[in-house]
Amino acid sequence: MTDRAFAVVRAGALTTVQDRGRFGHAHLGVPRSGALDPGAAGLANRLVGNSVGAAVLETTLTGCAVRPRCAVTVAVGGAPCPVTVDGRPAAWGAAVRVPAGAVLEVGAAVRGVRSYVAFAGGVAVEPVLGSRSTDLLSGLGPEPLADGAVLPLGRPGAGVPVCDGVPWAGVAGEVVLRVRLGPRDDWFTGRALRTLTTGAYRVSAASNRIGLRTEGPALERAVAGELPSEGMVLGAVQVPPDGRPVVFLADHPTTGGYPVVAVVRERDLARAAQAVPGTRVRFVVAG
Amino acid sequence: MRVREVGERALLVEFGGGEEARAFHAEVLRRRAAGALPAVREVVPAARTVLLDGVDEPRALAARIAGWRPEPLHARVEPVVEVPVRYDGPDVAEVAAVWGVAPGEVGRVHAAGEYRVAFCGFAPGFGYLTGLPERYEVPRRATPRTAVPAGSVALAGPYTGVYPRSSPGGWQIVGTTDAVLWDPGREPAALLTPGARVRFVREGV
Repeated sequence: MTDRAFAVVRAGALTTVQDRGRFGHAHLGVPRSGALDPGAAGLANRLVGNSVGAAVLETTLTGCAVRPRCAVTVAVGGAPCPVTVDGRPAAWGAAVRVPAGAVLEVGAAVRGVRSYVAFAGGVAVEPVLGSRSTDLLSGLGPEPLADGAVLPLGRPGAGVPVCDGVPWAGVAGEVVLRVRLGPRDDWFTGRALRTLTTGAYRVSAASNRIGLRTEGPALERAVAGELPSEGMVLGAVQVPPDGRPVVFLADHPTTGGYPVVAVVRERDLARAAQAVPGTRVRFVVAG
Repeated sequence: MRVREVGERALLVEFGGGEEARAFHAEVLRRRAAGALPAVREVVPAARTVLLDGVDEPRALAARIAGWRPEPLHARVEPVVEVPVRYDGPDVAEVAAVWGVAPGEVGRVHAAGEYRVAFCGFAPGFGYLTGLPERYEVPRRATPRTAVPAGSVALAGPYTGVYPRSSPGGWQIVGTTDAVLWDPGREPAALLTPGARVRFVREGV
């Protein structure tokens, strides 16, 4: 292992390597994966002079701690959290120099769910099918971080940081998800479609990178029986037999047999991924 | 054929049956290879649909698709992927009972026909293969196994599948293959890709 690497001191609840995702293999059953809040991951990359698609760490609620073996510029973005270097407070949302051997501590999210840690040069694990992303559905890409693991870093390019501060939209008390109905809205009753847009839904604690699960009123089917498996898209609102909508996120399966009542706009999904369990969710039909 | 919009950037093209869906899928791939298709990020065939995802102008593409006349599949001759199988799975006796044949006959019946990969899903490289005659369909196991070994050849409903890696599964396991179903270093990574013709070859007989 070269000096361009970091050791994992504290892996946190779930920390994975993510880039823009793994495209072009859905027909072989390969999920797209990639950062759940790609805007935040891209901004963190830009703060350290990387291209927006460089691989970063994505934490979940409890942050993580790493010890780079070489001096490296990092930036923490996404869900706001305390950041320290060898115990001394450092900036969130800005480039931070971490000396060789120092511990970068990314604390628990103060708001939101997922923080992003970008390193100048990017996390340089071996790509699989064109992506370094961890895919939790099918196990492609690197394992989630484990205490004591060592991950390689890439060489910083000539890129200079193109911004020096990160605005963050924050997480409102309610997540509004704009949807377009279909392709299987005709499998549900008119009442179910009204319930989808008026029901009091909340983010379930069973949510993960595969899907945002909801708690709330069940959607009643108009068509009984089974739908033959069909291709699934990011943002699909799939309705399993219990009637509670599930919004498909980056690690979603590529085919599925439960009807999709609507599809959430891609740009609204980052907010869905940053919503802590219990947050209210409102589905709004947008033309 | 019916074209449904899926969100803002995808189309789901739906057919009455799997044959038509497969012919349409082949037509999409043919046009894409010829550079006669606007950029489509993912083309995902399934039981009787083809999903076109990551399309910039789905409505314009939907209008073009309406004028397509896919050529029938039998006009095309493709190579056959051979999968060697030892028919020694833990569910052979149960499957034999459903079929009304002796356990030793299960392999002969299953390996007799030609299969096609209708679509992939469940796991990278897991293909849903059609071709087993309807009278040999078997239900899924009442209780799924928590770990099905890689290389297991298994049946459920109209489909045959081969587990690319160890995973939970509820299909009836009739055999085992040493074929490498999934290798990310290979192009394509999956041995069984949508549309491929497949023959199972009995080993040890």
